Amino acid sequence: MTDKLKQTVEHIGIPRLMIAGFLAVIFVTAYITGMSVPQLLSDSLVRVGMNGILVLAMVPTISCGVGLNFGLPLGVLCGLVGGLISMERGFVGFPGFFAAIAFAVPLAVVVGYLYSVLLESVKGQEMMVGTYVGFSSVAVMCIFWLMAPFRNPELIWAIGGKGLRSTLTLGNYYGKVLNNFAVFEIFGIKISGGLIGFFLLFCLLVYLFFRTKLGIAMLTAGANPVFAKSAGIDVRRMKSVGIIASTVLAAIGIIVYAQSYGFLQLYMAPLMMAFPAIAAILIGGASLQRATILNVIIGTVLFQTLLTTALPVTSRVIQGDISEVARLIISNGMILYALTRSTGGK
Amino acid sequence: MLLVLPVELVLIEGKSKNMERARRVLEMKGITKQYFGNTVLNNVSIDLYPGEIHALVGENGAGKSTLMNILFGMPVIHSTGGFSGEVLIDGEKVELMSPAEAMQAGIGMVHQEFMLLPGFTITENIKLNREPTTKNALSRLFRSKSLDYLDVPTMRKDARAALDRLDLAIDEWAPVAGLPVGYMQFIEIAREIDKKEVRILVFDEPTAVLTETEADRLLESLRRLAADGIAILFITHRLDEVMAVANRITVLRDGETVARLNRDEAVVERIAELMVGRKVEKVELPPRAKEPSDEDIALTIDNLVVDMPGEMVRGLSLSVRRGEILGIGGLAGHGKLGIANGIMGLYPASGRVSKNGENIPLNSPEEALSRGLAFVSEDRRGVGLLLNEPIDRNIGVTAMQVQHKFLKSWPHFLPALRLEDRAELRAYAEDMIRKLDIRCLGPNQPVRSLSGGNQQKVCIAKALALEPEILFVSEPTRGIDVGAKRLVLDLLVRLNRDHNVTIIMTSSELGELRKVCDRVAIVYRGRLAGILPPDASDAEFGLMMAGRVGKEAV
Amino acid sequence: MIQSPEQKKVESGRDVSLDMRHIVRTNGVPILFLALSITMAAVAGLSPAFLMNEVITRFARNSLLVLSLLIPVTAGMGLNFSIVIGAMSAQAAAIAVTLWGIKGVSGFLTACLLATPLAAITGCLAGLVLNRAKGREMITSMILGFFANGIYQLIFLFLVGSVIPFNSKSMLLPQGVGVRNTVDLINIAQSLDKIWRPVISGVRIPVVTVLVSLGMCVVITFLLRTKIGQDLRAVGQDMNIAEVMGIKVDKTRIIAMILSTVIAAWGQLVFLQNIGTLNTYNSHEQVGMFSIAALLVGGASTRRATIFQALIGVILFHTLFVVSPLAGQKLFGVPQIGEYFRVFVAYGIIAVALAIHAWQDRQMRKEAIREAVLTE
Repeated sequence: MTDKLKQTVEHIGIPRLMIAGFLAVIFVTAYITGMSVPQLLSDSLVRVGMNGILVLAMVPTISCGVGLNFGLPLGVLCGLVGGLISMERGFVGFPGFFAAIAFAVPLAVVVGYLYSVLLESVKGQEMMVGTYVGFSSVAVMCIFWLMAPFRNPELIWAIGGKGLRSTLTLGNYYGKVLNNFAVFEIFGIKISGGLIGFFLLFCLLVYLFFRTKLGIAMLTAGANPVFAKSAGIDVRRMKSVGIIASTVLAAIGIIVYAQSYGFLQLYMAPLMMAFPAIAAILIGGASLQRATILNVIIGTVLFQTLLTTALPVTSRVIQGDISEVARLIISNGMILYALTRSTGGK
Repeated sequence: MLLVLPVELVLIEGKSKNMERARRVLEMKGITKQYFGNTVLNNVSIDLYPGEIHALVGENGAGKSTLMNILFGMPVIHSTGGFSGEVLIDGEKVELMSPAEAMQAGIGMVHQEFMLLPGFTITENIKLNREPTTKNALSRLFRSKSLDYLDVPTMRKDARAALDRLDLAIDEWAPVAGLPVGYMQFIEIAREIDKKEVRILVFDEPTAVLTETEADRLLESLRRLAADGIAILFITHRLDEVMAVANRITVLRDGETVARLNRDEAVVERIAELMVGRKVEKVELPPRAKEPSDEDIALTIDNLVVDMPGEMVRGLSLSVRRGEILGIGGLAGHGKLGIANGIMGLYPASGRVSKNGENIPLNSPEEALSRGLAFVSEDRRGVGLLLNEPIDRNIGVTAMQVQHKFLKSWPHFLPALRLEDRAELRAYAEDMIRKLDIRCLGPNQPVRSLSGGNQQKVCIAKALALEPEILFVSEPTRGIDVGAKRLVLDLLVRLNRDHNVTIIMTSSELGELRKVCDRVAIVYRGRLAGILPPDASDAEFGLMMAGRVGKEAV
Repeated sequence: MIQSPEQKKVESGRDVSLDMRHIVRTNGVPILFLALSITMAAVAGLSPAFLMNEVITRFARNSLLVLSLLIPVTAGMGLNFSIVIGAMSAQAAAIAVTLWGIKGVSGFLTACLLATPLAAITGCLAGLVLNRAKGREMITSMILGFFANGIYQLIFLFLVGSVIPFNSKSMLLPQGVGVRNTVDLINIAQSLDKIWRPVISGVRIPVVTVLVSLGMCVVITFLLRTKIGQDLRAVGQDMNIAEVMGIKVDKTRIIAMILSTVIAAWGQLVFLQNIGTLNTYNSHEQVGMFSIAALLVGGASTRRATIFQALIGVILFHTLFVVSPLAGQKLFGVPQIGEYFRVFVAYGIIAVALAIHAWQDRQMRKEAIREAVLTE
């Protein structure tokens, strides 16, 4: 009996149980303090759809054996450039959104490829090098934003300053196009079919990809590179494809994020983008070696719901904004747990 | 390469006549050790006299390293239920529970892989963690030995003395990085003899990484140390070296002592035979319609060189007859394992390999696989399997990647994006599970939880999914229990007879080669030593494995 | 007699080291940054006295933090991003002495006394965590720093004043819970610097602070010449060999982390007394990254770092820090360009150092295999 319980706990994982329990406490508190639970759930769902694809971007790199993609800001930056070009050209609404993706993806493919070449030569330190390549590219792009040849007056500082504004309002362009598409209500919970649907569509695409010959080759390369080699699989190429896929997903992910948020954030904003995404997939039950779509969905739902609900609910009980602190502790605690859990790097 | 024995050795040899009276420095009596129900050592005994060089020979897996782990009290022994039998030092029973205790008891070990820190000088390495220190104000204040200064002059003096004992005129303050490998071995030895208490010195394959001249020098030092009165246990499978320095020789095979020889009664061929020999139970193999012959050659290997660490192939030529089971044997380290790994593209290779006259490009697993070759690796868990994946994925993935099997037919123009055909794969895996009698819960079971024998069957099924013309199988029965061994061998014979698959089987167990093969090729120092029929005598095999016969065709 | 063929090589190696080209090759990074700093200083048109003043001040307040990185590098644990934990311990101590109103040098020393056990305990914990992540210490120490930051914020933003009693209303946020974003360290401000601060040809030198840093150099040199130093270096080269040789690897690594964290705590106190105010929630955040970048600019790598490299690195990195915004202003009319440039330098140098580290690691492994094969 206790054995069975132990097994179940182990199967679900202690961190997930803790977070689920924490969430339960939050919702009970919300109910008791008379907050609108459906409202909280609606907000959470928006955050899930907003962040989901960024989390999904972790799957290809984990699967192909590179590990967590700490270099996510690279893809994010590509997405931002795509989003900017779309605005500069004056695309509006859905065309604007898709144009942003269309501009961003080829760029992400190129950047992802170059990134994979770099990571190949630093095997064993991918995570650390990835982090700092991500950081330094954010700094380089800061200089680029200052000097970039954009002309659209809504993008650049109005007077005095040089370069792009730090926060660009998407309202007139493609702000909230997905969020406002096919919205419906169940039990008082507002659900954006466009946003959630887009996220689930990508989940499905990635799921199907890992059922194809190429996807299976990539999984094999990640699970056991020597086996893969003996099966005639080009391990290096598989890693390249995985990193490119991750970078492309990150680029699309940030565009979805931005349209939902309503703003395009430049300069230092993308710096720490990788960490919440990494935390979410780990919370979902992924390890440094293995990640599934289910991990993505569970992790994003748990993590984002927690972040969304923590602020309004706790502010009724405690003073001040504890959600930022909770985010820091939970996300980094989760990454720490994953780093120290799996066998020491021998 | 028999060397003339130096005088002092002959003297000891004379003494050994009345060894009974001499005091044994080490005795290991009736040692039995089981790992998870597998007996790896069975009633093994060995003893050592001061000033003696005692060689311990045996194939890989014969139990040499387990015996040494027991001697050194390694944690792996105690964490797996300990052992039975006793260890005596100077006639007194001891219980060595850790390497530190073994060291205190006077046992030193010269490791096979160097335990040297490249950034340290020779002196620092010799005195590593045994540094003499001097007190200073802070260390007195905190009463901490950790804060003592290193006593560098004494360290250098000690190191110099140890090096001098080995007659090594090298600067004791030179960094170890960049020294030739041969010197590193000597520094290892210097470290051991610097320990004042060391009376027993174990050399674990010390010449494995040395050139011939370096090896000779090392043997010279061995004699010198023995003359100083140190008892030496010399583990090796280079029989020439055994003959050159050993006073006595103990042969281990399958965890048992098969022989103890005095030097004067030992000959290389006899030792080789003892190491590998097994009683061959002659089984009647099913007949074929047409016996394979040199008229019909399936695979030609010409001057193959394979850069596989530890198993180098240095210019091997061999022809494989269509439809035969060809065995490849030889002692460990002579390159028998390198052949299949080289041809299948897993290690850098050069030379010419052709199948049915068509050249097979080397260094590409894909090329080899797509030309009807398949390989069951000797490293089952490392290379052969995806341990966390289910049985069907393991069986199907190679055929899927190389031959586009188990895939849906759309999109035909882009095979990379075709979806896996789960139903087809599952059906195939179930069929294989039935045919090969793989004991499992179903095709979904991860292979990690299968037994060794069943894992091996999955590996064979994986190769069969490719429908190969030629199948390489390396160490097919390594690490699986006796019953499963027979099943696997029967399976190979059946494949050969019923499906006409040409099989090239590499194995350290000569017995099983002689049981199922049509011919047995013996590899010596990376080249073909000769090919023998399976019913050739033990002595013939022994001679050939020891490199005592020229190349002969059968 | 066996002659050593290596002896000659070793000697000729010494000759080569005198060669100019060799110096440039082995010290490429600091030379590059020296050139960059000089160029930018020239472009910015700063007066030498101003520059000297700035650099000396920054040298005095940052070098101890950079020195705290040396021991983990020696122990093979790479760049210790978790020195922020030491910095947080120091800040907790600084808040405490401000609360208790202990003034001047005695306040500073009390803070040191208080920060030391705090840093030792947290450093020990950090060591335990890193021992569970062998081979990926750097990424783990970085995340550990972020995680500790979360705990720190939880304590000082939510627990102080609510759970932890705190009787100074003026230091708390208006709602009575949580420490204010900035704390005026009026008691210990400049306490070390102003003991003796002579002005030599227009340059103010905080002699005592500089002496503290130099003293730490002596202590580190001493430590590395003792038995524990030898153990640290042995563990740093190869944990497995050290373990086989009977050195207690895990314990040695924990000691390295404790020492590093404690030195970092003292370093942060020196930093804070110079600045004079504490940004409760920001002062520590960049400590790890800037210190590491400084060390790397000095020519250190993740495997080898010397005291000399640490000191040179601090000077060069901070020179660049001072001049780059001004150079950006002069060249492009946009000071932010210079600011982002220095951010880029800090991140970029770390990225490059890590990449080189990983690349060399692979080359070394490849060569080892190659050699083993050739000697067959």
